Amino acid sequence: MNAHLKMDKPDDRNRLDDMAQGLLGTAMDRPEGPLKVTGTATYAHEAHQPGMLHGVLVRATIARGTLDGVEAAAVEKMPGVRKVMWGDKFLRNPAQGTANKAPVQGSSEIYYIGQPVALVVADSFEAARHGAQSLELRMTAGTAVPDAKADGVAVERPEKKQSSMGDLKAAMQDAAFTVDQRYTTPGHNSAPMEPHSAIAWWDGDQLTLHASNQMLKYNVNEVADSLGIDPENVHLLAPYVGGGFGSKLGISPDAVAAALAAKELGVPVSVMLTRQQVFENVMRRSETAQDFQLAADKDGVLRGIGHTARVSQLPDESFAEPVTQATPFLYKGENRETHMEIVRVNQTCAGSVRAPGEAVGLTALEIAMDELAVATGIDPVELRKRNIPDRSPGEDKPFSSHKLAEALDDGAAIFGWADRKKGATDGEWLIGYGMSSAARVNMIGESHARVTLNPDGTLLIETDMTDIGTGTYAILTQIAGEMLGVPQDRIETRLGDSKLPKSAGSGGSWGASSAGSSVYMACEKLRQTIAAKLNCDEGDLTLKDGTATFANKQTPLTDLVGDAPMVVEGAIEPGKTQKDFRQATFGSFFCEVGVNSVTGEVRLRRMHGSFAAGRILNAKTARSQCLGGMTFGIGMALTEELIQDTRDGHLVNHDLAEYHIPVNADVPQLSVNFIAERDPYANPMQAKGIGELGICGAGAAIINAIYDATGVRVRDLPATMDKILPGLPDV
Amino acid sequence: MTAVFSDRIDIALRVNGEEVEARVPAGRHLVDFLRLDLGLTGAHASCEHGVCGACTVKVDGQAIRGCLMLAAQADGADVWTVEGLSDTGDLSDLQAAFVARNALQCGFCTPGMLVAAQELLAQPGIPSRHAIREHLSGNYCRCTGYEAIVDAIESTAQARADRGVA
Repeated sequence: MNAHLKMDKPDDRNRLDDMAQGLLGTAMDRPEGPLKVTGTATYAHEAHQPGMLHGVLVRATIARGTLDGVEAAAVEKMPGVRKVMWGDKFLRNPAQGTANKAPVQGSSEIYYIGQPVALVVADSFEAARHGAQSLELRMTAGTAVPDAKADGVAVERPEKKQSSMGDLKAAMQDAAFTVDQRYTTPGHNSAPMEPHSAIAWWDGDQLTLHASNQMLKYNVNEVADSLGIDPENVHLLAPYVGGGFGSKLGISPDAVAAALAAKELGVPVSVMLTRQQVFENVMRRSETAQDFQLAADKDGVLRGIGHTARVSQLPDESFAEPVTQATPFLYKGENRETHMEIVRVNQTCAGSVRAPGEAVGLTALEIAMDELAVATGIDPVELRKRNIPDRSPGEDKPFSSHKLAEALDDGAAIFGWADRKKGATDGEWLIGYGMSSAARVNMIGESHARVTLNPDGTLLIETDMTDIGTGTYAILTQIAGEMLGVPQDRIETRLGDSKLPKSAGSGGSWGASSAGSSVYMACEKLRQTIAAKLNCDEGDLTLKDGTATFANKQTPLTDLVGDAPMVVEGAIEPGKTQKDFRQATFGSFFCEVGVNSVTGEVRLRRMHGSFAAGRILNAKTARSQCLGGMTFGIGMALTEELIQDTRDGHLVNHDLAEYHIPVNADVPQLSVNFIAERDPYANPMQAKGIGELGICGAGAAIINAIYDATGVRVRDLPATMDKILPGLPDV
Repeated sequence: MTAVFSDRIDIALRVNGEEVEARVPAGRHLVDFLRLDLGLTGAHASCEHGVCGACTVKVDGQAIRGCLMLAAQADGADVWTVEGLSDTGDLSDLQAAFVARNALQCGFCTPGMLVAAQELLAQPGIPSRHAIREHLSGNYCRCTGYEAIVDAIESTAQARADRGVA
């Protein structure tokens, strides 16, 4: 049986609210938790095979040029080394999210320092590493563009990424208040704790690959295209993924290198990127330079918004950080300009890092809005509320559901915004308060799942969807348990196997909505089948704790299933509700910082986020997603910054000692609250994405609090001491 | 160099309470020995230079970085990994608290986090939230569940004190 829904119409039945099991939306423990606390969850580099060899990638050391050969013979003579490989199938960089085909390939053309151009395979990891470090590359240097900010650098302005409406110039001239500023953000790295790794082996023409991937449906095709084989011959496994944050959307160079070596040598081969290689190979968030123009009337109501963003990227990559993504819909203004500019550079490939677009674009906008609040003297919360549009002004679309005002009020109340004291101090610390809005576009992707109701009353949920830490195992279990009245301990959820029904995968905050809706669809069909057996309408059926109840008569589910399992494949795909409506999640951030009046050091003291993301599927995992996003925002505001050598594009701080992600001591008391919302346009569960909203604007709240504390406006992130100290009053 | 890397060294140590004898490459780190030679994949290599704590294991009673210690240096040592600590039940309340508080998301940092937390909990008294944050600041979590991790450790410390075991 199949159940398929194209989301062309809103579904405001809120059917999940009618269910009786009481499992969905609760803080149910994640089912795979016990494996993760005992070290028995199997990540990509844990499917060790008998006779497995180890491969270590070799990096290019010039920014542009050609690889003319490698001194393989010398390395192949080293003890334990089996093979040195390079060639036209090596990936220049990972595939972009949903690419569904091979990225640029080939060792002979070098495009950036750190490009993986060769592989040394050996009996032991140590011998492979030593061989890789010893391998001499014969390279001819070409002409590189190493610095995106250099004078006279060529700038692309793709026609599709420019839009104009009204007359912004006139609006700026006529405005009672204006902001006209440039904001810059540095590059970021996803830095998932699990480095990208792969273990590959072949059985004839069948490839089995354990890899760190977020989107298996696309990844299988990317692997197959890269190797020149039929996708049917690729079996990809990623049951547990040690974080992704966008960096594992597409396949990475390790996967193809492992497959090539395993084929060549006829044995299983593992390739794990070193942490430095993760930084150099696997997608950076582009740095941005953003020019904002805000034109407001005497009441602070925006009449115009201009947003021009410049990003960088390798040649021949279509992805460009979509910096202006939220600008068209967040605030009012009939005069609008949004423009994207792209500079081609010889640096690590730019790609998706948690919330591409809004993470940096909304952060800059929310700093600009704070500048407008200061200029107008209007409370920042009130200013934002005055600027909430009735429909998306830049797109001329209605909103599917809009809870920004509620999120602003809720956050302000919980934080105690009205009670903040101007000019407070704590010893030598200057105390300040800041806030910002949160927003992130919402979407679904086509997704399939199989749900099996067994004769013994147990449930099996199967999809190639991944759990990258987000809580997929938990929420799919909860959705099915709720719909079919089956307790958690009688449900098994299997994920991360490309042989299972194809899902949208994890990315763009769409995983829970997409995969969850496919499970929902399958379960709805199963409910109809059960109802038919009881001669009742599905809507009149109550399923709870393995028992079906209709007209005061109780029947065990096991009596209704019969001898053969009931199996349904459910599917969802996006339709008109995604195209014709602006779907988005909204929220607010409030925080308190202390700025040391002697050193300029910033310490976040507390932070709150209120978020509206439709139906919340698991209170605990949703909260954790938001806490995680907010912590990314703390990093963005205060510490995270990729630094390239302007002479050759070389990434200088390519490890976790020099690229500073927030640690426990950087993260104080954080709190999260959810606004009740059902978005009927999103999907039949009325749920929306939650994985990225927590980073979108979070950094701005901190930057704005620093201004409140010190009067220093940081427009170049992160707000390190050197940027604050010169503006502080003499002690 | 090549000769040094090809050297093999015989070691004898105790891992999770069991005697182990092995011949290891001189350059093999303890975490790789545990993972590749013994199949104990609970400790994870992540930063590979002692910063992130994902490879934290217990050696002679102390939490150490498995990526900074050579296997050869562990000759004669008493090594405990998350697998062994799970089997003894020493961590069971802390593990349960981690699951209950959602103090893990992707879970890659979790084994190291547990070993580091256990070291703190072995000290007398109930640590403050500040002390927990300080102690665990060498254990990175990029899913950034720090708040929940502190909750889990604090509640475990409280429960142990209530039971009179700490």
